[in-house]
Amino acid sequence: MASEHASPNMTEYIKHHLHHWQVQMPGTEGQFWLINLDSVLIKLLAALLFVWYFIRVARRATSGVPGKVQCAIEMLVGFVDGMVRETFHGRSKIIAPLSLTIFVLVFMMNFMDMLPVDLLPWAWAGAHQMTGHDPAHAYLRVVPTADINTTFGMSITVFLLIQYVGLKHKGVVGFFKEFFTAPFGPWFAPFNLLLRVIEELVRPLSLSLRLFGNMYAGELIFILIAVLTLGASLTHFSTYLLGMGQFIAGFAWTAFHILIITLQAFIFMVLSIVYLSMAAEHH
Amino acid sequence: MIPNITLVIQGIVFFAVVWLVMKFIWPHIIAAIEERQAKIAEGLAAADRARQELADADSRVADEIRKARVEAVAIIDKASQQAGQIVDKARTDAIVEGTKQKAIAAAEIESMAHRAREELRTKVAALAVAGAEKILKREIDASAHKDLLDQLVSEI
Repeated sequence: MASEHASPNMTEYIKHHLHHWQVQMPGTEGQFWLINLDSVLIKLLAALLFVWYFIRVARRATSGVPGKVQCAIEMLVGFVDGMVRETFHGRSKIIAPLSLTIFVLVFMMNFMDMLPVDLLPWAWAGAHQMTGHDPAHAYLRVVPTADINTTFGMSITVFLLIQYVGLKHKGVVGFFKEFFTAPFGPWFAPFNLLLRVIEELVRPLSLSLRLFGNMYAGELIFILIAVLTLGASLTHFSTYLLGMGQFIAGFAWTAFHILIITLQAFIFMVLSIVYLSMAAEHH
Repeated sequence: MIPNITLVIQGIVFFAVVWLVMKFIWPHIIAAIEERQAKIAEGLAAADRARQELADADSRVADEIRKARVEAVAIIDKASQQAGQIVDKARTDAIVEGTKQKAIAAAEIESMAHRAREELRTKVAALAVAGAEKILKREIDASAHKDLLDQLVSEI
């Protein structure tokens, strides 16, 4: 660690931070077959934690006076359920659990942004060094939602669900008929189709890009704040000044980020519900 | 693996934000949770109370019914007793009255018989006198033979 980080270059530092831990799929070539292992593993961990914890609470749930944890989760579930009831007027059993999962999982993944931006990469580099690997190649990005692959994966799932719900509620004929007849009536079939295709494609795009953009920008700003004392030595006076600056900026941004991560998780959930609701409604 | 100052400051920031959450956000969440808990506990307690009250009322009602039944039985007993008494009294009264009436009637009969007998006696006396007159073909002086007639009357 010493040689690389004694006088680290700012650009290199940022690049290093924005580099995924990637593995090539065996027997393949090219960018497409790279897996962002950090995003996958952290998302998987978050999902396991979510499932394990909620199942544990659900199993211990009592109809008597609930404990604090059960109470909190009941409130969360009640909140999501209320949201779904308010927004989604179709009949579907999958919407409420899907919404809860989206909200909690996105929140947990976003929450990784709250951890000190250097903490896990530093530990990861240490682990690399201890196992005799080059710590300079220890890439790790800890926020899965700041990876466009994660957000697209989720929004495409939601997109497919939208189509499924539409098919289920309108039937095959009604579903495809609507492509040509709404919103301008059957005489403008080509325009209707064009509009519909654009509308359908924009949804997953906006869903995923909104979340990705917010989290990526947030992460980038954390990195930029960290750069203030990059490679600083305690013998320089400026270090203390910049250190204060880093603390204040970091504190403000982290505190503000509490709002952002919650809001983004909430927006992703609500928009998914709204899209699904629209798919279930006849035009 | 010595952390550099950047990471140290990030750590401090992290704990500062933890403090912020602890100070300004957590209390609200906990308050909401506790309020909900209290509400649930209150609701359950109210339900328990209502159930208890219902059971109490039920047992009270059962008590009342039992008491009323006992009372009714007592009243019926008393009434039938009274009725028996009344019947008994009526019976004895009737017997007494009947006896009395019988005695009165007997006395009346006696006196009437007596009177009839007297009347008969006088009439027989008169008849005897008339018979005797016819037999003797002459007037008997009633006053001269009064003693004889009286003797005859008393003999009939």
